[in-house]
Order: sequence, then structure tokens, then C-alpha cells
Amino acid sequence: MAPPPSSAHDSSITLDVNGDKHTLTVDHRTTLLDALRERLDLTGTKKGCDQGQCGACTVLLDGRRTVACLQLAVAAEGRAVTTVEGLAEGGQLHPVQQAFLDLDGYQCGYCTPGQICSAVAVIEEHAAGWPSAVTDDVRPEAGPPPLTDDEIRERMSGNLCRCSAYVSIVQAVSRAAAAARAESAGTTAAGAGEAA
Amino acid sequence: MKEFGYQRASDVSGALALLGADAGARFLGGGTNLVDLMKAGVERPSRLVDVRGLPLDRIEPTADGGLRIGATVTNSDLAAHPGVRSRYPALAQAVLAGASGQLRNMATVGGNLLQRTRCGYFTDVSRPCNKRVPGSGCPAVEGEHRNHAILGASAHCVAVHPSDMAVALTAFDAVVSYRTGDGPGELPLADLYLPVDGTPHRETALPQGALITAVTLPPAPVAALSRYRKVRERASYAFAIGSVAAALDVRDGVIREARLAFGAVASRPWRARAAERTLTGAPAGGETFAAAADAELAAARPLPHNAYKVTLMRNLVVAVLTGLTEEAAR
Repeated sequence: MAPPPSSAHDSSITLDVNGDKHTLTVDHRTTLLDALRERLDLTGTKKGCDQGQCGACTVLLDGRRTVACLQLAVAAEGRAVTTVEGLAEGGQLHPVQQAFLDLDGYQCGYCTPGQICSAVAVIEEHAAGWPSAVTDDVRPEAGPPPLTDDEIRERMSGNLCRCSAYVSIVQAVSRAAAAARAESAGTTAAGAGEAA
Repeated sequence: MKEFGYQRASDVSGALALLGADAGARFLGGGTNLVDLMKAGVERPSRLVDVRGLPLDRIEPTADGGLRIGATVTNSDLAAHPGVRSRYPALAQAVLAGASGQLRNMATVGGNLLQRTRCGYFTDVSRPCNKRVPGSGCPAVEGEHRNHAILGASAHCVAVHPSDMAVALTAFDAVVSYRTGDGPGELPLADLYLPVDGTPHRETALPQGALITAVTLPPAPVAALSRYRKVRERASYAFAIGSVAAALDVRDGVIREARLAFGAVASRPWRARAAERTLTGAPAGGETFAAAADAELAAARPLPHNAYKVTLMRNLVVAVLTGLTEEAAR
């Protein structure tokens, strides 16, 4: 197959963002972060370091947290992008958003969208049984680790907060995770009841 | 950033054909290192061939009881895999010790092995660097080298390989599979990285245009009792200043088999074979562990500002092996 002509430095792509399809032509150098903010006007996702070190640009890509600053927009075609704007449903804040509000999980708020997107994924990763670097015994036979504050701090370490609101961020993630577990247990119990 | 072409491959032969003979083209995996280096102007590819969607994202048992890990398996999926966690726990721990949850979701196994050093002179295009511009010099030797190599370096380059994953893979005798236009090939991971000598810009023994397709772990019962421990300047989300992957088989107080590899001390993950020889057949205990560390570190040639790593690695080896021995006794 012959390489493309040297002028082929942009592509027409369709991005799936929060369930909406957007067709746009992007220079291949465009990151997903810049495409979201500058082209789609979705400015909830923040640019911090632009080097993958701070987590302010965290979004969910096919449900998994990702730093949008190191993700080329052209390479995100065909994958489902969820930004902080896509978390609320029917005018109802996502439980993680509500927990950050209730517990003051921020000060200036700049890192908050990234923290929230990351926390949504952390809760799912933990529920799926993923160990972390502070899990002493990673063997599956040891069972899933309880989501202690140490576990939350480690799992959230890709999101920096220059205001250092970490104490209340940990509380917010902990509360939202507990609520998710309770809801999941309730659903399971209800399901079991119906089946019986 | 320089402009570049972009193409997406759907199968391995298609990826190899797209890369073709263009020396300026690069495979794009998770992009966590490559895109960053492109922003810094260190990498200036003419084209990217996106291989992230290749059907190489499975972890499968091999016929002899090992595991074959596809090259596009993400770090997250590798660390979460029950077979990895149960039979090679130090590998899961090493992966989890690296980067952040976001980056582990993006990064791939093949890309992890081929990531570049984080030496500040390599990533700063305004400075000389023999790895980036052959023959331009190495300012680290006389300059900032607190986190540079103590083993296997040369006067031309003292950079360290940054991977955690590769340290555990090295301890477990992983074999790298690749494909070129001429067909498939294999390299033990221990032979993937070339000695530094006078050619730090030549980093791997892979043929030009090769695509890593898988990493195979041979069966290693000893790995069931294994540990990865990483020392860094903050508690999480930082590169190692020293790390150890270790596995021990201890019976009746005697070491029957030992595996040991060091990270962040050399241009490649460092298999500590001299230490392993000292350990094998010796009584499990502090004196043996210290002697093993000393046997390996006798070859260390620290620079003025990184001699601390020799002590750090010695203490780390003793601590990790002591912990494994206690675990074996439980």
C-alpha cells in the first residue's frame, strides 16, 4: 500500500461525545482535549499540564478514564467519549457530582471535572475487583480489597489538586462509592426477591 | 508539533504494510509516551500507524502452562487479569506501581517495552543528548544524574529505562514475539535491549519496522510467591528511583530457586543473575540476602550524585527477600 501524499495531515472524523455524534475535520495533531474544548465548545474538560501529569483533562473513553491531552482526536473516532457534561441524567447530578458538592470536594474547582470523571471510573474499577498498588495481596483468591481511604488516595493519584482539597475529595469518593454499593446490593436483593 | 499522516491498521500484516519502508513512520499504541514526546519535539514522525485496535488484546494460557499476553493488552487489563495476579503477582504489582489509572487504561504492553527514558536531557531538545542526537554528548555525566544508572552505563549515556512492568517480565524470563514483513520472530526480553556502549541511540535488537505482537511468560511456579517493590520520591504516580522484582522458593529454610531483577538502575531492566547464583542453595536469611545484593552491586559504577542508589538497592533487596521468606513461612 502506498503511503498517503504528504499533504494528508488532516482527516474528517465523527466523534461520539456524551451520546451525540459530531463530524469535524481535524488536523492530526489535535488532541481530544483540544477538539472537545476548541471545536465542540465542551469546556468542562480542563487543560492543566497538557502532558498527562495532572489529570485535569480526564474523560471516559469507552467507559474507561483517560487523559484527553495525550489522546489524539483522530484516534478517538469510533469510541464513546463521556465528559463531565455527560454525567448528569435527566437534570439529576451524577451521585459522584452530588457527593463532591455535599462534601466540598474542591476549592477553586479547576481540577474538579477531572477528579469527578476519574472518581466515577475508580468506583467502577473497584467494583470490578481491580487491585491497586496499595493492595497488599493482589491474588484474586484474597478477595477484593475494601475501598479504604488509602485505596482511594492511590487510585485517585493521577488527579492533582493544587488547592489540596484532597481530604474532602477522599470523603466524597468514599461516600459515593458506599452509595453505589448500597444501590447495587439493593438491586441485587430486589432482583433475587423477584426471582424467588 | 510537526504535521504527520495518520492511518489505522486493522490487522498485523496491514499494519506492517502501512508502515512500509518509511523510516519516519511510527506505530501508535496508547500514545502516552509517543504523543508526549511529539509535543516536546523529541519525536517527529512523518506518519503514525495506529495499532491500538489490532486484535492482539487477549491474554491466553499457553499449552505448557504459561501465559501469552497480546501486545495491545492495556496495562490495566494486564494488572486485573486473574491468571497474572494469581501466578505472577509481582507482574500485577509492577504494573499497578506505574503511572496513574488513566495512563494504565491507555498504555499497551508492547508500547510499555518500547517507551523511552525520562532523562531530562533526552526530553529537552535544546540540550545535547547522545541518545537523541548521536555524537552530541551527554550532559548528565557531569550534570543532573541523581536518578541515573549505576549499572551497565557508559560514558556516552547514563539514562535509565523507566518501565516497572518490564522489570517483573525480565525476572520471569518473558519472551517477546514480533512480526516484520519477512515473518515472525522472537527475542528473550533479556536480549531485547542492547548494551549502551557507544551507541545509546540504538535501544533494541528488534529489526527495522518490526511490530511487537505478544509477550509470553513461560510457566514459573516460583513466581507464585513474588513481590515488586518500588521506591520513589512520592508515595504514588512517580517513576522509580530503584525497584526490585523478586520471587523465592524456600523449603526447610533453604532457597531452592530465586528470581531477581532491578529497575531504574540501568538502561534496561536489570536481571540480577549474580545475586540469583548467590541465593540458590543458600540458607534464607539476612546475611544471604545482603551477600546476594553485594554480589550484584559489585559491578555498580555510581556517579557523584547517585551513589545512594547502591545502598538503596542493597537495602531493598534484603527487605523484599526477607518479606518473601516470612510470607513463605505463613
